[in-house]
Amino acid sequence: MRISKIGLSVALALGLSMSAQAADVEVLHYWTSGGEAKSVAELKKMLEEKGHGWKDFAVAGGGGESAMTVLKSRVVSGNPPAAAQIKGPSIQEWGEEGVLANIDSVAKAEGWDALLPSVVSDVMKYNGEYVAVPVNVHRVNWMWANPEVFRKAGATVPTTWDEFFVAADKIKAAGMTAVAHGGQPWQDATTFESVVLGVGGAEFYNQAFVKLDPEAIKSPTMIKALNTFRKIKAYTDEGAPGRDWNLATAMVIKGEAGMQFMGDWAKGEFTAAGKKPGADYICAAAPGTSNAYTFNIDSFVMFDLDNKELEEGQNDLASTILSPEFQEVFNLNKGSVPARLNLSMSKFDDCAKLSSVDFVSSSIDKTLVPSMAHGMSTFSAVQGAISDAVTEFYNNDSVTAEAAADKMVNAIAAAQ
Amino acid sequence: MSLSRVLIYSLVLLAAVFYLLPLFVMLMTSLKDLEEIRSGTLLSLPQGLNFDAWSKAWGTACTGVDCNGMKGFFWNSVLIVVPAVIISTILGALNGYVLTKWRFRGSNLFFGMLLIGTMIPFQVILLPMARTLGFLGLAGTTSGLIMVHIIYGLAFTTLFFRNYYISIPNELVNAARIDGAGFWLIFFRIVLPISVPIVVVSVIWQFTQIWNDFLFGVVYSSGDAQPITVALNNLVNTSMGVKEYNVDMAAAIIAALPTLLVYIVAGKYFVRGLTAGAVKG
Amino acid sequence: MNVSSSSRQSLGTLLPKIVVAPTFVVTLVFIYGFMLWNAWLSFSSSRMLPKYDWAGFIQYEKLFANDRWWVAAQNLLVFGGLFIVICLLVGLFLAIFLDQKIRAEGAIRTIYLYPMALSFIVTGTVWKWILNPELGIQRMVREMGFESFSFDWLVNADMAIYTVVLAGVWQSSGFVMALCLAGLRGVDENVVKAARVDGASMPLIYRRIIIPGLGPVFFSALIVLTHIAIKSFDLIVALTGGGPGYATDVPATFMYTYSFTRGQIGLGSAASMMMLMAVVAIIVPYLYSELRERKQ
Repeated sequence: MRISKIGLSVALALGLSMSAQAADVEVLHYWTSGGEAKSVAELKKMLEEKGHGWKDFAVAGGGGESAMTVLKSRVVSGNPPAAAQIKGPSIQEWGEEGVLANIDSVAKAEGWDALLPSVVSDVMKYNGEYVAVPVNVHRVNWMWANPEVFRKAGATVPTTWDEFFVAADKIKAAGMTAVAHGGQPWQDATTFESVVLGVGGAEFYNQAFVKLDPEAIKSPTMIKALNTFRKIKAYTDEGAPGRDWNLATAMVIKGEAGMQFMGDWAKGEFTAAGKKPGADYICAAAPGTSNAYTFNIDSFVMFDLDNKELEEGQNDLASTILSPEFQEVFNLNKGSVPARLNLSMSKFDDCAKLSSVDFVSSSIDKTLVPSMAHGMSTFSAVQGAISDAVTEFYNNDSVTAEAAADKMVNAIAAAQ
Repeated sequence: MSLSRVLIYSLVLLAAVFYLLPLFVMLMTSLKDLEEIRSGTLLSLPQGLNFDAWSKAWGTACTGVDCNGMKGFFWNSVLIVVPAVIISTILGALNGYVLTKWRFRGSNLFFGMLLIGTMIPFQVILLPMARTLGFLGLAGTTSGLIMVHIIYGLAFTTLFFRNYYISIPNELVNAARIDGAGFWLIFFRIVLPISVPIVVVSVIWQFTQIWNDFLFGVVYSSGDAQPITVALNNLVNTSMGVKEYNVDMAAAIIAALPTLLVYIVAGKYFVRGLTAGAVKG
Repeated sequence: MNVSSSSRQSLGTLLPKIVVAPTFVVTLVFIYGFMLWNAWLSFSSSRMLPKYDWAGFIQYEKLFANDRWWVAAQNLLVFGGLFIVICLLVGLFLAIFLDQKIRAEGAIRTIYLYPMALSFIVTGTVWKWILNPELGIQRMVREMGFESFSFDWLVNADMAIYTVVLAGVWQSSGFVMALCLAGLRGVDENVVKAARVDGASMPLIYRRIIIPGLGPVFFSALIVLTHIAIKSFDLIVALTGGGPGYATDVPATFMYTYSFTRGQIGLGSAASMMMLMAVVAIIVPYLYSELRERKQ
C-alpha cells in the first residue's frame, strides 16, 4: 500500500512535466532588468504580431556566463532553444559543433550584406552563410567625466594619456578620486584595452588582440601600455577592488570621482539619475582613441531544431531583430547604437550620435576593432588567458610589465 | 548575577549581533529609496517606512520579458520542492533502516560510497546529467529537475536516518522478528512511529537545500517553470542596467521567507530531532 | 528444511537489498558513473562541448602549468581548513553558552541558525558592502573618530580569502551549534553531577567528560562542513567574484570558469579529477576508521 503511494507520488511528479513544448519560439537571453527587459519585451510583441508564440528563457548573471552554462547543458541534452544570445567568435565555435540553423535565405531576401558593415556581418556568418543576427553595437572605449569635478580641480578633459595624468594629478590634489574603477577582471580588461588602443593605435591593437602575435605582445609598445595601465591604479580609491561598474559610475555622477572608463551602457546610469549629456556629464573617447572604435556587438543565434515547424518562427525572429523599428527601440533603451547602417539617429542623444558617426568613419579608416575584454576579438579561452594575465599584473605590484607580457604570450599559447 | 554569567550573556548577545547584522542591513536597505541608498551609510535608518521596493519585488519587477515580480515563481518552487523532499526523505528512511537493522555484507561499504558521493562538486555533473535527462526524455522538465534533487539529496537523508536508527536497540527489532514480524511490519509498526524528530531534520535540511538551489534549477528547468532562486537571480543581476538595491534586498528576503519560516517554526524540533539521535553516530 | 521456509528466508534476506537497490543503482550511475565520464573527458581534447577522443595527459600538463590552478588549490586548503576549524569552535562554544540555561534561548538559537536559510546570491552583496572599506565597517569606525582604523581585507589580495572564511562561518556555524547543542543535551546528567560532587570544575568537566563524548557530533558536522567547503561556489562568486585578480579563486570556481565560461572542458575536467582525488585521499581513511569503530 505504501509502495503504491510512493509510486503515486512519483507518477504525480512525472505528470507535472507533461506540459510539453508547444510550437513556441523559445529564446534564451540574459537581459532581465530595467531597460533591457523592456527592449526584449518589445521584440516579443513584434514576434507575436507575426503570429508566433514567444517562450521566454531568461538567465541573468556574469555577463551571460550563466546563460552559456545553461545553453551548453541544453544542447548536450539534445534540447536546444530556438534562439540564443551568443556573440562574437563564439558563434564560430558553435558553428563548428554543427548545431546552428542557417538563416541565409532571410539574409539574402532582405539583403543583409548591404545593411551591415562587413566587420559586423563577418562575425554573423559561419562558412560564409548567416547563422546569427546582430542587435546593437556598443562602443567600449568611452571615458565618462564629470565636468563639475574638472572645473573644481582646474583640469581639462584629457585627449591623450599624457594629458590624462596631468588632469588626474589635479583632481587628486583637489581631494577627489580621479578615476572611478571597479576592480573586477572584466573591468580591468575594459580599461586595459582602451589604454592599449590609445598607446599603440588600432593596427597594434589588432596585431596583439586579434592576431595574437607574440612579437606585438612582447613589444615595447605593449610594455608601455602595461605600465600606463598600472599607473592609473594610483588614481583609484581604496574601495575599488570588487566594485560593480555601476557603483563606480555613481561616483562620477555624485562628483566623488572625475572619470570612468566604461562602455556606453554606463549612460543608462546617468540617465536614471536624471543627468543630461554635455551638461551634467561628458562622454568622450578614452585618451588617444578618438579616431578609433572598440565594438561589442550583441547578437542572436538560431539553433537547428528537430521541429521544422519552428523554422518559420526563427526566420521571422531574425528578420524582426534587424528591422529598423526594433533596432531603434532597442538601442534607445540600451544606450548602444543600431547595427544596421543608415538609420535615422534623430531620436538618439548626442553620445549615441557621436558613437554612430564614429562607427561608420572608423569602419572606413580601418580603426574599428573588436573589444578583447568583451569577447569580440578571440575565443573565450584565449580571452580568459589574456584577462588573467592583465588582472594579475594590475593587482599584484611585484609582477613586472615584461613578466606580464611573457605570461600573456604563454597563457595564450596554452589556451589555443 | 555572577561575573561569569554576565560574560556569557554578553558573548551570546555579541554573537547574535554578528549574525543579525547582514539581515539588518538587508531590511534597512529594502526600506530606503535609491537616493537614500546612494547618500546614506549601511546602517543608517530609513527616513520612513517605504514599502515601494517590497511591492515592486513582489509584483512588478522584471525577471525576463515578464515584469510580474516574484509572486509567480513561488508555486514553481513548491512544485519542485514538495515531491523532491518527500521522496528523498522516504528513500532515506528506508535506506537508514536497512543499513542499521538489516545489515548485509557490504552495507558499510555502500554507506561509505554514498558519503563520498556527497563530496562531488555539482558543477562536475551538469553536463552528463543533461545528457542523461535528454536520453530519458526528461530534459527541461520539472520531473527531471525533481529527479536530480532526489538523487543528490539521498546521501544526506540516508546519513541522517542511519545515524538516528543506529540508536534504536537491536533487541527491539530482533524480538519483533522472533515474533514473526517481517521487514515492512517492523518498519511501519516499530521504527517509523519513533522517527518523527529525524523526519523533521531531514525535511528541514532537504527543504532548505532544494529551495535555495540555483545551479540545478537554472540548468534543468524550462523557461516557464523556473524556481524562485532563478527569478531572484534574474532580478538582481542586471548585466548592464541600473541596479535597484532596495528591490534586490526585498526580493531576497521574500525568496527566503519560506525557509526562514521553516527555521523559526520548526527550529525547535530541529534541535530536538538532532538531540534525539541524529548525532549519536 | 522445507522449501517454503527457505524461499521465505531468501526473500527475507533479499528484501532489504531490494529496498536499497534503487539508491545503490542511482549512486553507481549518477555519482560514480559520472565521475568516470568526467575522468574520460579529462583525457580528451574537449573544448566547448564534450568530445570523446584520447589526448593523453595533455590537460593535466596544462593544469599543472597554470598559475591560477595553484592559487585555487592553495585557497581551498586555507579556506577549507580555517572554515571547518572555526565553524567547529564557534559552533561548540555557542552551544556551550546556550546550554547554560540562557533566557530566550529559542530566539537566540534561531538567530544563530537563520543564515543557513538565506541564499548567497544576495547575502553576498550585503557582505560585500559590509566588508568594503569605503562603505562598511572601516568607514563606520572611522566616522566614530578612529581615523587610523583600517579593515581592508576584502580588497587586499593577500587577505581576501579570510573574508570568505568570515562569511562562510557566518552562514554555517549555526548549524554546527545546533548539532553540538543537541549533543550536549544528550549527555547523561548523572555523570556530570557525580563529577561535580567529586569537586571537578565545570571547565574541567567540559574538557574531560562532555566534549570527548561529542565525537559522533563532530563526525556529522565534519561531513557536512567538508561538503560545504568543497562546494563553496556561490559564496566566492557573490562575495569576491574570485578577486582581487584571481586571488580568491577556488577549485570549484576554477573548474566552472574553464569548463563553462572559457570552453576548455578538458582542462576543467582535469581540475575536478584532482579535486576529487584530494577529497578521497582525505575522507576515505577517516570514513574507514569511523565506520569500523561503529561496527564494534
